[in-house]
Amino acid sequence: MSLIRKTAAELGAMIAAGEVSAAEVAEAHLDRMAEVEPKVKAFLHVDRETTLEQARAVDARLKAGEKLGPLAGVPIAHKDIFTTRDMPTTAASKILQGWRPPYDATVTRRLREAGLVILGKTNLDEFAMGSSTENSAYQLTHNPWDLTRVPGGSSGGSSAAVAAYEAPLSTGTDTGGSIRQPAAVTGIVGMKPTYGGSSRYGLIAFASSLDTPGPFARNVLDAALLQEAFSGHDPMDSTSIDAPVPSVVEAARNGDVAGMRIGVVREFAGGDGVQPGVLARFNEAVQLLESLGAKVVEVSCPSFASALPAYYLIAPSECSSNLARFDAMRYGLRVGDDGTRSAEEVMALTRAAGFGPEVKRRIMLGTYALSSGYYDAYYGQAQKVRTVIAREFEAAYQQVDVLISPTTPTTAFPIGERADDPMAMYLADLYTIPSNLTGNAAISVPCGLADEDGLPVGLQIMAPVLGDDRCYRVGAAVEKALESRWGGPLLKEAPSL
Amino acid sequence: MSAITRDEVAHLARLSRLALTDDELDHYATQLDAIIESVAKVAEVAAEDVPPSSHALPLTNVFRPDEVRQSLTPEQALSGAPAVEDDRFRVPRILGEEA
Repeated sequence: MSLIRKTAAELGAMIAAGEVSAAEVAEAHLDRMAEVEPKVKAFLHVDRETTLEQARAVDARLKAGEKLGPLAGVPIAHKDIFTTRDMPTTAASKILQGWRPPYDATVTRRLREAGLVILGKTNLDEFAMGSSTENSAYQLTHNPWDLTRVPGGSSGGSSAAVAAYEAPLSTGTDTGGSIRQPAAVTGIVGMKPTYGGSSRYGLIAFASSLDTPGPFARNVLDAALLQEAFSGHDPMDSTSIDAPVPSVVEAARNGDVAGMRIGVVREFAGGDGVQPGVLARFNEAVQLLESLGAKVVEVSCPSFASALPAYYLIAPSECSSNLARFDAMRYGLRVGDDGTRSAEEVMALTRAAGFGPEVKRRIMLGTYALSSGYYDAYYGQAQKVRTVIAREFEAAYQQVDVLISPTTPTTAFPIGERADDPMAMYLADLYTIPSNLTGNAAISVPCGLADEDGLPVGLQIMAPVLGDDRCYRVGAAVEKALESRWGGPLLKEAPSL
Repeated sequence: MSAITRDEVAHLARLSRLALTDDELDHYATQLDAIIESVAKVAEVAAEDVPPSSHALPLTNVFRPDEVRQSLTPEQALSGAPAVEDDRFRVPRILGEEA
């Protein structure tokens, strides 16, 4: 089997055993990228030499006897919202075109320390705002299952790169579903760790109370290995949890759900707007879990439907504040500075030229929700709804160990279909948002193809704060049972590019 | 009745330091109106006596020892600046002509 089809765990073991070098593995993936990137367009920045230099350095460290982790030498695609010293960082925005950060994000630093080799920076919706990666200022990324469809978003470059075998692993960030939704619609695994479990230092901020870095992979174990590699307390992030990382790798290897209590969220298991093929695969997954010995019960969380409007008040409010830093003074774009204009005029011209439509919409929406006279009715009320949702989760987790739902209401939609209809776009995150508002862990694993369009469907498994291991445990059980039924991973059904 | 008027959107754009064109203002006024109407549904949740959550997790202030540590050099700090003069950020005038 060629190197690009191997799992990250397999590649790490081969490199550790000296069967193949990190440089050879990197080269195989760079060749694959050269072959399929014209069709997929997952990457914003690729630099063959920098990548090969990193790989050779890892080979040298291994040869010198340095103890590195299980992913040493394994290549990874890195979302272009994490700062990287040796590569540009743009957040897919014109306002940061060509910016070279003077420091590495904590996630970047930990990838390097663990010996992962960064293949390049992946495309995203500008500042991670979107569900299709169409809001990138630079390019459209295409879903490897059907090039006319979106790869999800905001981490759509990262999901497409892994689904297209350009990389065995990638990083993402999940603010309202930006890892789980793209994973679901490209047939791969994507995990949103517990908020605070992975550091936000050097992650360009969108909504600071929600932003969470997490892993993408083609299987549950690889995702767990990656999460473990970059997680853990970081003194540089004041919201970082100072507690041991949940034992996610052990859970991913275990995959025993016998006796576990699993709750189906009634409000997310049917109703308007759910594609029949998505629902059919979800219901089969529920039966599968029962057949594996789990106790499945229905749980009602009536306020989850209000998570979407609450999120679209809270996230834009935080974004309007966070993006005020792009002021054309210290870094990034500056336009209109002709010697006659004031700083304020230059600022307004620069931001108008540098931000795309969705970012402008959200900045203005957040400014509105925070303005006096509207604050109580909008932002204040949304924060109360956040508490109500947290209480419903808490009550549910008294009865069950995990909650499940489809990850998304539909499969990947066609490029352009929702591009200028913000409300339709926002619905893609209907099922993923509650876990962001409460900081809970949640994963998406593939659970089959929808009959109508033959496109992947994701199963979402949600767990309480620091219950990340439960997501992996249930995810591994589902993966193992389905892959034995399918005779291999779901991705083998994807068309060759 | 619309939730937000075009004049209000123009005001928001000013507050947000976004120099929008007339066409953009028209476009965003329509879209923001639809979005605000939709997010106003948060009012349907009965939450009078519920405390607000600004964060997912309980947070307390985090402190570190007040020790001198390495920071960015002037070169690094200025490396992405649109304009630099004498080791400083060069910015457009910030005061009116009269000042």
